[in-house]
Amino acid sequence: MHEMSLCESVLQIVEEEAAKQKFNNVKWLQLEIGALAGVEVEAMRFCFDVVARNSVLQGATLDIVQPGGEAWCMQCAKTIEIKERYQPCPECGGYQLQVTGGDEMRIKELEVE
Amino acid sequence: MCTVCGCGEGEVTIEGAHAHSHSHDHQHSHQHGHSHDHSHEHSHDHSHDHGHHHHYGLGPARAHAPGLDQARMVQIEKDILGKNDQYARANRARFAEQGIFTLNLVSSPGSGKTTLLTRTLTDLKDKFPLAVVEGDQETSQDAERIRATGVNAIQVNTGKGCHLDGHMVGHALETLQPQPGSVLFIENVGNLVCPAAFDLGEAHKVAILSITEGEDKPIKYPDMFAAADVLLLNKIDLLPHLDFDVERCIEFARRINPAIQIIKVSAKTGEGMQQWYQWLTLNRQSRLIGHPAFADASQGETHHA
Repeated sequence: MHEMSLCESVLQIVEEEAAKQKFNNVKWLQLEIGALAGVEVEAMRFCFDVVARNSVLQGATLDIVQPGGEAWCMQCAKTIEIKERYQPCPECGGYQLQVTGGDEMRIKELEVE
Repeated sequence: MCTVCGCGEGEVTIEGAHAHSHSHDHQHSHQHGHSHDHSHEHSHDHSHDHGHHHHYGLGPARAHAPGLDQARMVQIEKDILGKNDQYARANRARFAEQGIFTLNLVSSPGSGKTTLLTRTLTDLKDKFPLAVVEGDQETSQDAERIRATGVNAIQVNTGKGCHLDGHMVGHALETLQPQPGSVLFIENVGNLVCPAAFDLGEAHKVAILSITEGEDKPIKYPDMFAAADVLLLNKIDLLPHLDFDVERCIEFARRINPAIQIIKVSAKTGEGMQQWYQWLTLNRQSRLIGHPAFADASQGETHHA
């Protein structure tokens, strides 16, 4: 259930922005949650609705973009696509992989009024 | 709302911590000055033998920005965990300044974490100043077990939360006030998933896995074993009665984290505990190099040698 804490952090960050940038309501919110971030996107949506109630996020449309996992394989010396962390390289079967993308957990953009 | 940092997190309670109260929620939103007095009175109703429980307000803080603008796009590009990382950094800075060596103990429920910790405290309490932050969803039973060893402990109840975060630990420190030069153990909520993602400002995460669990736990919950620097393989005294394959477990753990230190221990018989204390003592000393507390620490060592 740490999707709930993540949603609360999203709200906290958005509320700070609301005070700084003077807006009262968020109509649309885009999050970037990488495939390797360890976050269940469906759980995130569910928690978002709960956390958004009676807040600046109430009624906001949640858009989640999910960049795929990428890693650098030291043996193949190239970037490969991976589905999960700690999997072997699909080409050489080795475990010497350095994750290079897909672990993002960021708030990208908001449409506010 | 919290008057120290403006927080208003739901359901978390910290014994003896400042101003958070469910019943005074309606006042928090507009009377910050009052919140301290009210919650302190309130806390006594909740108090057990040792500390007090304070409740965080219901739900996140509600900010209301003045002015109304037209619809527009705002790019913020902020890390969702950035907030927690800020609190963790503040805790880490405090630990560095005061020479406090902090370990974040993580495991599944039932790994024997509290028993291992109480034995560690009993064995080390004459060697270093010690303190404990005890995280559980509910009850202060574990903190009471810890206090029975004579070591100062504070219970943090996370309510529905599945992990401790940097913010809760920061508040716990305000009440606990560990001595400079101490070893601080943070016993995280029993959960091998979420605590991996939340930095508390610790020097090391120490994972505890008991051999009554599956040997494949490191590959089933890789994030935690990747984040930990030490793996204590507990209840090793039960090995003759179980089919647990120690070598296979170690191989799995090393596949996820080639650098992880693995120590086989039994908190019950004491087997392997000396190695764990050696690891702790040496790593604490290396952290303290250049810190005034180092001199005291070395004296302590000689004294007890």
